Amino acid sequence: MPGIVSYGAYIPPTRLGFSVLAGRAPKEGGPERAVAWNDEDAVTMAVAAGANALRGFDRAGVDALLFASTTYAFKEKQGAALIAKALDLPRNARTTDVSGSLRAGTDALQAAFDAVAAGSVQRALVIASDSRLGAPGSAQEQAFGDGAAAFLIGASDAIAQLEGSHAFADEIVDLWRSEGDPFVHSWEERFVVQEGYTPGITEAVRGLCERIAAQPGDFTQAALYAPDARSHAGAAAALSLDRAALVDPLFGKLGNAGVAFAPLLLVSALENAKPGERILLASYGDGAAAFAFAVTPHLEKLEARRGVAWHLGRRRAVASYDKYLKARSLDSREYGGGRDPGLSATIHFREREEDVAMKGQRCKRCGGLQFPIQRVCERCFAKDDFEPVRLAERIGRVVTYTFDFFFPTPEPPTIVTITDIDGARVHLQLVDVKPDDVKIGMPVELVFRRIHQVGGRPNYYWKGVPRA
Amino acid sequence: MRPDAIRDKVAVTGVGCCRFGENWDQAPSDMIVDAAYEAYADAGIENPQRQIDAVFTGSIYSNKGPHECSDALKLFGKPVTMVSNYCATGTDAFRCGVLSIAAGLYDTVLVVGYDKPKDRGVSGPSVMMDRVRDLPQTPAGWFALCASTYFAKYGAGREELAKIAVKNHKNGTLAPNSFLKREITVEEALSARMISWPFGLYDCAAQTDGAAAAVITRADLAPKGSVLVKGVTVIAGPNPQKDPENDFLSWKPTGWAASDVYAQAGITKPFDEIDVAQVHDCFTLTELLTYEDLGFIAKGAAKEHIAAGTFALAGELPVNTDGGLKAFGHPTGATGVRMIYENVLQLRGKAGPRQVKDVNTALSHNIGGHPTACGIAILGKS
Repeated sequence: MPGIVSYGAYIPPTRLGFSVLAGRAPKEGGPERAVAWNDEDAVTMAVAAGANALRGFDRAGVDALLFASTTYAFKEKQGAALIAKALDLPRNARTTDVSGSLRAGTDALQAAFDAVAAGSVQRALVIASDSRLGAPGSAQEQAFGDGAAAFLIGASDAIAQLEGSHAFADEIVDLWRSEGDPFVHSWEERFVVQEGYTPGITEAVRGLCERIAAQPGDFTQAALYAPDARSHAGAAAALSLDRAALVDPLFGKLGNAGVAFAPLLLVSALENAKPGERILLASYGDGAAAFAFAVTPHLEKLEARRGVAWHLGRRRAVASYDKYLKARSLDSREYGGGRDPGLSATIHFREREEDVAMKGQRCKRCGGLQFPIQRVCERCFAKDDFEPVRLAERIGRVVTYTFDFFFPTPEPPTIVTITDIDGARVHLQLVDVKPDDVKIGMPVELVFRRIHQVGGRPNYYWKGVPRA
Repeated sequence: MRPDAIRDKVAVTGVGCCRFGENWDQAPSDMIVDAAYEAYADAGIENPQRQIDAVFTGSIYSNKGPHECSDALKLFGKPVTMVSNYCATGTDAFRCGVLSIAAGLYDTVLVVGYDKPKDRGVSGPSVMMDRVRDLPQTPAGWFALCASTYFAKYGAGREELAKIAVKNHKNGTLAPNSFLKREITVEEALSARMISWPFGLYDCAAQTDGAAAAVITRADLAPKGSVLVKGVTVIAGPNPQKDPENDFLSWKPTGWAASDVYAQAGITKPFDEIDVAQVHDCFTLTELLTYEDLGFIAKGAAKEHIAAGTFALAGELPVNTDGGLKAFGHPTGATGVRMIYENVLQLRGKAGPRQVKDVNTALSHNIGGHPTACGIAILGKS
């Protein structure tokens, strides 16, 4: 049986307090939600979660990437191909986008389990990532949260073996977002819960239990999707699940992270699991799906992951609702604009090894590392004698910096550095840090982020963040 | 370059410079005509169509090539070349003209530097982005990258930068064709809005429209007493943003260009031998670093010299006597030629209230790109 070999997560450090949403000052310790900031989206969170899942694992062995999201920026142009490049996965790894439903995250997991079980794929990376928008002032705006979860799926060395799964599809107009609409809409909440969510999740779990001859009470941890805390409790009661077995649904901390929500709760369960435990995962959307996992002794050999707990431990509060609106491009007084000559897709294509895969090169003659990829060595002038070197997992050090107040962003200034990565110099923006905390020599790690929106579409590149 | 290839072989016989500013009602051709005809008159050229053998023009904003200049001046049937080298463009156009005469190709050449950034509809430089890796960042951000490192090592800070801005604003009030004619205080400079730390608004050059021109000719054909070219160079350097060896305490091309041009001009003690200098103050820190990179003073000594007023109009080595890019204005392609204009006036003793005493040798300096190129010209008396 296939299983989960590794996991990782990403939750943006930025938190929007419910009091800020209500137009008041941030309240220390009050309920909040995670929010992707202006340079983050489903792709950047997916790359971060994927990188965390791959930590310590050989990327060359990954032969499939499934990317689940309902909020990927393009209708045509694959997200998985972009993410595979950013994660430096093998060129012939199969890439697939899964979308269209809140269930897409667990649908992708199921597809990966099936492919591994069939033997057509050895190691599949599954990433679920969402950054859904509720209309300003709506209940969704407060209920939603942003985040991503990633799982490495394989036939051997599983930390959690798949015991079985059960899913069904149904037609219901409960939550939807149509073409051209940035906001998720909902039918009346009581209808959604009473006719959609509660019967759906219970049917999936009961179907699963029947298949694997288990009782809901057999699970030591239950990771249940739910639209809100009340329906979460209602579903748990309907399934007679032990309260102690319920994985904290993180309402008021993370928020409903869409396709990544149930997968993030699974990450949370794995973080706290012990070998021998049984984990239930249940997700909902246009039907429902449930999975059972048996935790194996391999879990104890897995080095510490950046999962849910790690990410929830790092936070910075949004100071005002206005800043949130600007960051999510919901402010009608939007910055930027004017003439936009667009980005050269030809240049982007030529430079994708540097820009997306963050590769520099090592001179085979003098051994020096440099960035970007060039024909003649910056140091010894050797010509065409290089090997590509991935820089994304290395630690850089700030050589010098400036704070650019000129470029329009929701929260000026833009911190710009020259960062030295093992001898290669990279002109790098620094994010998730206060200007006062920027120091010469400070160590930084690299993250894949939106760099700008030239051409009216997100353009991605790498930035620095303080080393965790 | 061969040190003796140029010295005293080329004379600057005429210079012209239009009013720098937001020249909303002037086309590039209007400014080119103003500057060139002033230079013609200064050089005694009555029939440019016959007397000018070739034209070297420089601009970075124009996309019309040399035709914009040849058509404005109706200089046809002769070679017209456009040079583009970021902020070193003006000095590079001048250099090309000088080389062509020193090489014996022509007797008399017109050099025109110009730019018209105010036709773009944006204030300040463009945020340049046509590829993913082009950060949302401006020249202020590029030139500010020496600040954190220099300040940490040598103890200077925003106050020293402000004093440079105050000096150049003051000098600018004395130049008839300068853009900004208002003195400022250190407090004003320090409290202005931040552009790219440590540069506040007053640390940044005034981007303007403008054109400047020079007529240069074979020294043996020039009137006795004409200003002569002692040396000129333009040197390329690595992009400091990816140069693995950059220490961000100086801009490499200036040091290299200084060595080359001092050898040409026979200068061994620049501080003693140069009487006035126009240096590239695109940002105040650029001027500060240039004092040191040109070898005027030791590395790290700028702070004490700024406090002592060494580079003020009445100081030992006055720098940016006409207000510099800061106050005179910075139409990129014109700037190097505008510096030639100012230095020629200084050498002739015709700089009016900003005249420096006993000027025998004058230096002009441009640095441009990230910065990636430096041009220096040294003029002197016969």
